[in-house]
Amino acid sequence: MKILVCVSKTPDTTSKIAFTNGNTKFDEAGVQWIINPYDEWYALVRAIELKEKDPSIVIHLVTVGLADCDPIIRKALALGGDEAIRINTDNSDSYYIAAQIAEVAKKGGYDLILTGKETIDYNGSSIAGMVAELVDAPYVSLATLFELNGTTASITREIEGGEEVAEVSLPVVVSCQKGMAEQRIPNMRGIMAARTKPLQVAEPAAIDALTSILSFELPPAKAGVKLVSPDNVAELVRLLHEEAKAI
Amino acid sequence: MSVLIFADQTEGHIKKASFEVLSYGAALAKQMGTSAEALVLGTVTDDLAALGKYGVAKVHQVANETLNHVDAQLYAKVIAEAVTATGATVLVFSHTQTGKAVSARTAARLKAGIVTGACALPDTSNGFTVKKTVFSGKAFANISISSPIKVISLNLNSFKTVAGEGTAEVVALNVAVDASKIKITAINKIVGEVPLTEADIVVSGGRGLKGPENWGVLLDLAKELHAGTACSRPVGDAHWRPHHEHVGQTGVQIAPNLYIALGISGAIQHLAGVNRSKVIVVINKDPEAPFFKAADYGIVGDLFEVVPKLTEEIKKLHAST
Ligand SMILES: Cc1cc2nc3c(=O)[nH]c(=O)nc-3n(C[C@H](O)[C@H](O)[C@H](O)COP(=O)(O)OP(=O)(O)OC[C@H]3O[C@@H](n4cnc5c(N)ncnc54)[C@H](O)[C@@H]3O)c2cc1C
Repeated sequence: MKILVCVSKTPDTTSKIAFTNGNTKFDEAGVQWIINPYDEWYALVRAIELKEKDPSIVIHLVTVGLADCDPIIRKALALGGDEAIRINTDNSDSYYIAAQIAEVAKKGGYDLILTGKETIDYNGSSIAGMVAELVDAPYVSLATLFELNGTTASITREIEGGEEVAEVSLPVVVSCQKGMAEQRIPNMRGIMAARTKPLQVAEPAAIDALTSILSFELPPAKAGVKLVSPDNVAELVRLLHEEAKAI
Repeated sequence: MSVLIFADQTEGHIKKASFEVLSYGAALAKQMGTSAEALVLGTVTDDLAALGKYGVAKVHQVANETLNHVDAQLYAKVIAEAVTATGATVLVFSHTQTGKAVSARTAARLKAGIVTGACALPDTSNGFTVKKTVFSGKAFANISISSPIKVISLNLNSFKTVAGEGTAEVVALNVAVDASKIKITAINKIVGEVPLTEADIVVSGGRGLKGPENWGVLLDLAKELHAGTACSRPVGDAHWRPHHEHVGQTGVQIAPNLYIALGISGAIQHLAGVNRSKVIVVINKDPEAPFFKAADYGIVGDLFEVVPKLTEEIKKLHAST
């Protein structure tokens, strides 16, 4: 049984969001990079839990990015991945990225492909669905629980106003979110072991990018809070009703 | 070269989010000088001709019962065939759970560029550029799509639903539907609650409520406002409230008209899930709480004293209007 976990490098959640080069580039000055939390806490940790139950499981990691992704890949290996592949490109088009991952997926013959539900920088939530299409596998989005029973999986996913439980034969592509697993901290042994685990760097396949980022913008600043005295709650209700027209 | 809008249904009814995206698609078609058409999958009880009032000329329906459940694999194939059959050059989804499951997969099948989380009409004056939220609502990106077919998934509550006059022509679309490889064994709908992502008003509680036994004050206010209820991450982690109420960077992202935060400090990760709300009200006893910087209205005070008064005042308002 082989699992492919897709991981992506994102700025730490507390990073200051600013842009440079005439608002065309994210300002990386002083930014700490982390594994996208959905990829790490939910997709990767769930894969590791499955491997803990069945040590014959092999976990491969794939990331699409330049050499500055290596630290987060080493961290993912320290948490428990067995091997990693990095596709060496900084293209940001989701189809381009998904097609690179699909190439890796087709060659590797994986039973299960896991991703986070979205990255916290581009918020695309596109990669998993695209990879599923490109490898022609079923896709379960926004999964909150995942159990393996031999060659089938029982998966709970979020739907509008509730959840759906389904059974599906492997191979399957799953995008993961809260509920799947809990965040872990890598231990010393994992960190030492990660140093010698294979990290293969591959050049990207020839794929057409279908989108490109032209520019970024910051939202206009809020006008500032209007404070109301706790002894005059009626005034807040009046403002919400008459001024904001929100109630 | 029409604009095809995916109008999502559940249990035979077109979803509220679909009206917003129909209005958006119709406005886009007008801007491009072309026609807007809708696509409905599965069997429905609603009158589909009535969707004409949101500006679509035609509603294509693939009335196959297999499609009453969303399987991204089947949906992508059927929607892609509908795009080809109708000759659409722009395909629009709502960025709901279903949109997230289906839009990107369909785009890959069509080899079409996609922008998800769009928040405004595209700029079509020179190419095709779509504005979307990035960094969990902390910024926007303008993304140009270069492929012949373009796919957009529109953020909830980011376009004004416009209902006018008009009836649409309903056309049956015959598309072969495969058997699903996914066997659904249970569907658990949350009953008696306003679904969080669809709620106009959301009342949310943080660690300031001190414990699950104190949620009554919040629930009373939410009930009076017909609001959805949410919570901060530590509250969800401590199981004071169910997981699905956790909003923020690592929880649900919402954009209601009104977000009322009770006893929440306003950490950057929390704000990332709620900063697209139109109006934010913060009640917190600490005047230095960072949430006040992101708020429109605020009360510095003890929520256990303020919130019951607020509920009473809203009752009075509702009684008088
Ligand atoms: C990677 C990462 C991701 C995260 N993702 C999320 C996320 O998705 N969502 C999220 O919410 N958090 C998230 N967090 C956690 C976040 O950083 C904060 O710790 C969390 O939001 C704090 O929750 P809180 O406001 O309920 O609690 P606290 O920060 O403890 O704030 C409680 C507030 O209640 C006020 N208060 C206390 N008593 C009263 C009273 N009687 N009346 C009025 N006010 C009172 C206090 O003044 C205080 O401001 C994340 C953190 C990290 C590191």
